[in-house]
Amino acid sequence: MAQSIIGQVHPVSITFFLLFVVSTLGITYWAAKRTRTTKEFYAAGRSITGFQNGLALAGDYMSAASFLGIAGLVSTKGYDGLIYSVGWLVGWPIIMFLIAEPLRNLGKYTFADVVAFRLKRMPIRTSAAAGSLVTVLFYLIAQMVGAGTLIKLMFGLPYEWAIIIVGCLMIAYVLFGGMLATTWVQIIKAVLLLGGATLLVIMTLSKFGFNYGALFGTAAEKYGPEFLQPGGLITSPIDAFSLGLALMFGTAGLPHILMRFYTVPDAKEARKSVFYATGFIGYFYILTVTIGFGAAVIVGKKVIMAIDKGGNMAAPLLAEALGGHVFLGFLAAVAFATILAVVAGLTLAGASALSHDLYVGVIRRGQSNENDEVKVAKLATIGLGVSAMLLGILFKGQNVAFMVGLAFAVAASANFPALVMSIMWKNFSTKGAVASIWTGLILATGLIIISPTVWVDVFHSKEKAAIEKQITESETQSKAKVEELEKAAADPKAISEEKAQLDAKKKEISAQMPKALFPLKNPGLISMGAAFLTGILVSLMSREPEAQEKFEKEKLRAYIGIGAE
Amino acid sequence: MSSTSFNYKEDPDFKKLTGQKSTISLVLTILELTFYFGFIGLIAFNKPFLSSMLTERITIGIPIAVGVIVMSWILTGIYVRWANNTYDVLVKKVRDKVEG
Repeated sequence: MAQSIIGQVHPVSITFFLLFVVSTLGITYWAAKRTRTTKEFYAAGRSITGFQNGLALAGDYMSAASFLGIAGLVSTKGYDGLIYSVGWLVGWPIIMFLIAEPLRNLGKYTFADVVAFRLKRMPIRTSAAAGSLVTVLFYLIAQMVGAGTLIKLMFGLPYEWAIIIVGCLMIAYVLFGGMLATTWVQIIKAVLLLGGATLLVIMTLSKFGFNYGALFGTAAEKYGPEFLQPGGLITSPIDAFSLGLALMFGTAGLPHILMRFYTVPDAKEARKSVFYATGFIGYFYILTVTIGFGAAVIVGKKVIMAIDKGGNMAAPLLAEALGGHVFLGFLAAVAFATILAVVAGLTLAGASALSHDLYVGVIRRGQSNENDEVKVAKLATIGLGVSAMLLGILFKGQNVAFMVGLAFAVAASANFPALVMSIMWKNFSTKGAVASIWTGLILATGLIIISPTVWVDVFHSKEKAAIEKQITESETQSKAKVEELEKAAADPKAISEEKAQLDAKKKEISAQMPKALFPLKNPGLISMGAAFLTGILVSLMSREPEAQEKFEKEKLRAYIGIGAE
Repeated sequence: MSSTSFNYKEDPDFKKLTGQKSTISLVLTILELTFYFGFIGLIAFNKPFLSSMLTERITIGIPIAVGVIVMSWILTGIYVRWANNTYDVLVKKVRDKVEG
């Protein structure tokens, strides 16, 4: 393969990128004239169809990190990458069966509308906004840091510049074009990403006579049968279960995803949009996994890991190998667009929590006029956008991988339980909801700090690296010894003795590994369980007859849509 | 509410609608949980099964993982089909009664 141009500023990628920026800014200009009222700013005037919203939901959810990251994980770890990708899809059916229709029928702009439907406004708005903001902020920081790093890898642009460009563009989309512009940025991005990935898969499969078996077979020949088998990703079943819960129910508690259901005219379109979104996202993960295997075979693990240890450049490298500089440039621009769409959605969701839930719901006690609310929402957008840029720069070079996991844990523990209980359970009370939200929020955040993901990987990363180095060293030493013994045709006993010695030594070294205070990598199981339990217990102890009376009315609206916005 | 004369709480169509919706949501949610956590369970407790060869070149684990993705989508499709054919009809019936 010719020398890769990844990491250089290339005219093709710049052209594609400018094309995207110009057309999305054009759309923003068009949308700006249609974005005056709150309904237009937060919900695109409820004018989006189910199909369009399905694409936009997919555009909101498929991040550059998942596209490049999953392809990279598959290309370096094989089957384990596939396992990982499955977890990101399984929350969507849950949204469909439990959330989408009642959410659409009961709320106006945010999921807090639904929780506050029959409960006391002030305490609910405050706690729900806290849950939303924490989720959005962690997700946003992770995306910004990822954006800076990936753009630097791909375009060679300095990290800070990448952050500033992403930040300014996203502020422009949301500030002037509101939800309408954000939706179309997400739709365009989804079409580009799905189209680009499809093309890449077709080109990959054409090398194997459009036979998946041949692709997998070659991968197994090259990297051994283990490449197609589950490896070391799941070691502890409880760990896997806890992460699985956070991914599944966290998806159904992400404020920027939930907010999208208010952009469609009614519950029927909301339902349709989940069906389309699930299809697009599932298809996307299947493509991404294929790209990962293709990159492993066509580009090779070594080349991929030489450019980026985590394998993030697997998909761009494959594009370059198959379609040259033009295709690479196109894909790099698509990745940039992908980042923009996701951060714009997040910023809008954060701004609505600040303006709709906190400013109007709490500070103005529900009394505010349209103009004021839009103004505050726009100020919040600027504030959040600037904070996102500053935080992105502040966290440069930090390990932020845990932040997405944390965002999902908080969404699954603080947002999801309160939302689901307010829809389904008659005896749910204001105190119960507040207790549930804060329990989920504090436990998810607190436990992740003392979990292996932060306590060991972030706070004690140096000790961990030193111990891992020791282990690899003793492994190479012992390997050399075994080879020597084998060459000398030594007694097989001596060889097995050497191997046993290595195992003992490894155990000894591993024992010095810093221990986390909390054993699970993701706290989902405990924090979500506790949030449900607290919600139920506190509600039973603080009966709220008014809320119970309103439940029948809520049911009528949730199921039939009478009185829905 | 435009009509207070109609008692929807006791209306058989409304009861049928809420009952059916709860049942189908619950059944489909349990199915989805079973598929995903069943898959995770296999990885945790039966790696050899997932690692065994389906054909000469593909392990059983690959179609099973892709199957979880595809089944998730099919379940959402089943729900939409049911909602379009059954739920919407009942919704319209009750709506007409409420609005007189």
